[in-house]
Amino acid sequence: MIETKNVNFYYGSFHAIKNVNMKMKSNSAIALIGPSGCGKSTFLRLFNRMNDEIPGAKLEGECWINGKDIYTKHTQVDMLRKNVGMVFQKPNPFPKSIFENVAYGLKVNGIKDRAFITKKVEESLTAAALWDEVKYKLNKSAFELSGGQQQRLCIARALAVSPSILLMDEPASALDPISTAKIEELIHVLKQQYTIVIVTHNMQQAARVSDKTAFFMYGELVEYSDTKKMFLAPEKEETQNYITGRFG
Amino acid sequence: MKRLIDTLIEQLIKMSGAVTEITVLLIIVFLFKEGAGLFNASEVEKGYTVLVHSENTVERLSPKELKEVFDGNIENWEKLGGKDEAIRIFRFDEIFSIYTEDELGKDYVLLPEKLEEVISADPTIIAYIPQKYLPTNLQGIKELAKMNISLTDFYIGKEWIPTATPAPLFGILPLLLGTLLVSFIAILIAIPLGVGVAIYLAEIANERVRKLLKPAIELLAGIPSVVYGFFGLVVIAPIIQKIGGLDLGETAFAGSLVLAIMALPTIISIAEDAMRTIPKAMRDASLALGATKWQTIYKVIIPFASSGIAAAVVLGIGRAIGETMAVLMVTGNAAVIPNSIFESVRTIPATIAAELGEAPGGGAHYQALFMLGCVLFIITLIISIVAEVISSRKIIKE
Ligand SMILES: Nc1ncnc2c1ncn2[C@@H]1O[C@H](COP(=O)(O)OP(=O)(O)O)[C@@H](O)[C@H]1O
Ligand SMILES: [Mg+2]
Repeated sequence: MIETKNVNFYYGSFHAIKNVNMKMKSNSAIALIGPSGCGKSTFLRLFNRMNDEIPGAKLEGECWINGKDIYTKHTQVDMLRKNVGMVFQKPNPFPKSIFENVAYGLKVNGIKDRAFITKKVEESLTAAALWDEVKYKLNKSAFELSGGQQQRLCIARALAVSPSILLMDEPASALDPISTAKIEELIHVLKQQYTIVIVTHNMQQAARVSDKTAFFMYGELVEYSDTKKMFLAPEKEETQNYITGRFG
Repeated sequence: MKRLIDTLIEQLIKMSGAVTEITVLLIIVFLFKEGAGLFNASEVEKGYTVLVHSENTVERLSPKELKEVFDGNIENWEKLGGKDEAIRIFRFDEIFSIYTEDELGKDYVLLPEKLEEVISADPTIIAYIPQKYLPTNLQGIKELAKMNISLTDFYIGKEWIPTATPAPLFGILPLLLGTLLVSFIAILIAIPLGVGVAIYLAEIANERVRKLLKPAIELLAGIPSVVYGFFGLVVIAPIIQKIGGLDLGETAFAGSLVLAIMALPTIISIAEDAMRTIPKAMRDASLALGATKWQTIYKVIIPFASSGIAAAVVLGIGRAIGETMAVLMVTGNAAVIPNSIFESVRTIPATIAAELGEAPGGGAHYQALFMLGCVLFIITLIISIVAEVISSRKIIKE
C-alpha cells in the first residue's frame, strides 16, 4: 500500500507536484499518465527517494509505504530502495556481464553466498522472461543484448533484490513494438506479486496493463480511478480531452 | 570562391600537420644522432692517452679501473692482472719538476723524448699525458689499448662522474634509478590523493564548491616548475629534515613530494573529467538498487572511468618523469645509487639541465648527456604506449 498525503514538491522555486493525495493498493498496477512535463516522473521518484539526489529540491507532505512514513530522519534510504525497485526509461545496464548486472543489487546489499546469488540470478531472469535467451551467455557483456532484452535485464536486476514495489518510468518508450509487447506481458504477470507503478505516454498501454490510472496535469492529480472507468467514462473534461488525443 | 577558400584552408592544415611531424622527427633524429656518438668516443678523455712500461703485461684498463688507479684506490698491478708490483702514478705535470724548462727545449720539442726516458725507466709506472706529446719512438713504452665507451659501461655502469680524469665514468644507473625512484614515490603519493580529490569533485562536492575548486586546481598546473622547486626548497626540504632528523632535507623524498604536488592538478583534472562523463543513468541504476553513494563510486563509477583515470595517472607520471627544474632544486643532486628515499639523488632531466652548459660541444660528456635524453625519451615513449593501450582497452570484461 502506497499513500501520499498533501504532497507538494518543488525544484527550487518551481512547484512541480501540487497537493497530491493518492492511495495505491498492493499487488496491482497503477498507471500514471499526463502530458509531458506534468510531473509524472517526479511523482514516481518520490517513492524510492531518487529525488533526494537533486540539489535544491524540496518535499512537503507525507509519503507512506506499507504503513511507514518513508521521509523520516530514521528512514534508511538504501533499505527503502531495496524494497522499491525502479526501471528507467532507457535501458541502463551496467557495463558488466549479464550475470553481474543481476547480481549487483544482491552484492551491494551484502549478500556473499555464491549459491544463493546464482539461484537468485536465474529466478530473476526467469521472472523477467529473459532466462531462455541468455542462459548460455551469462558472462557476456550486457551491452551485447538488444534494447528490449536490456530492458528486461534491468527488470530482472530490479527483481533480484526482492522488492515489493516496482516503479517503471516509461519502460517501453525506447523499444520496438515487439519488445514493448513482451514488457507489457511481463507487467501483467508481475503485478500479481508486485505493486507496479508505471508512467506511460501510451494510452493503450495504460489501458492494457493497469488496474487503476492517475491522470496528472501541471503537477496536479486531475483524476484517479479504475482504468476501465477512466478510459470509458472519465469524470473530468481535461481527462476526456487528453485520452481522446485533443490535448498533449 | 568558397571552394577555393575551403581547399586553401585544407591545404594549410595539412601543411602545418606535416611541418609539425617533420620537426618532431628531426628532433628525435638529432637526439639519437648526437647521443649515439658516445659509443664511438674513446674511454680516455679526448686528446689524452695512457702509457705504461712495455714490459707491463696489462694491455687495457676499463674507465672504472683507470679512475681507481688515479684516485689511489688500486695500488698494485696485481689487482689489474699484472705483476705483483706497486703502481707508480705519473701525472703529466710532474715532468716539469724533473726537468727544467731549458731541458725540455723550445716549445717543449724535447718533451716527448723526456717522457719516454721517464716511463721506460720504471716498469711500474702508469702515465697520463696529452696525445700531442706522445713520444714518436715507443721503445720501452706501451700505450694502453684505446677502447670505445661500451654500451654496458653506459647502461649498467654504477657511477656517473663525467669529469673524472683520465677516464670519465658515464654509468647511468644512479641517474636512472634516481629518476625511477623519485617518480615512483611521487606517483604512489599522487594517485590516491589525485583520484580521491577527483572523486570528491565529481561525486561529492556540490556545484558551487566544484565551480570554485576545479579552475583553481587547473590553474595550479600552469605554475612554472621553478616556483614548485622553490617551495620545495624552502618549505618541504626543511620539514623533511626536521621530521626525519636528517643532515640534509634535499632528498629523493623531497623530490617525490614536489613532483606529486605538481602531478596532482593533471591527475585530478583529467580523472574528474573522466568521471563526469559517466551517464547519470549508471549512477541512478546503482542507487535505485539500494547501493550507497560510496558503493556506487567504487563499483560503478571507478570501473567505468578506469581508462580515463589510468590516462590521467599516466599523464601525471609523464609530467613527473620529465620534470627538471623542481627536482633539480630539491633532490640534493648526488649522482649515487640511493639506498633509501631519504638520500640525495639526481634524476636524468636534472643531470641534463645541470651539466649541458659545462660539457664541451661534441665531447663524450656532451654525447653522454644526449644519450641520457634518448633514455628519457624511450621511458616516456613506453609510458605513452602504455597509456594508449590502457585507454583504448575495452572497459567491459568479456
Ligand atoms: N532536476 C530538475 N530540476 C528542475 N526542474 C525539473 C527537474 N526535473 C524535472 N523538472 C521539471 O519538473 C516538471 C516535471 O518534470 P517530470 O516529472 O520529468 O515530468 P514528466 O515525467 O511528466 O514528463 C517539468 O516542468 C520539468 O521541467
Ligand atoms: Mg518523465
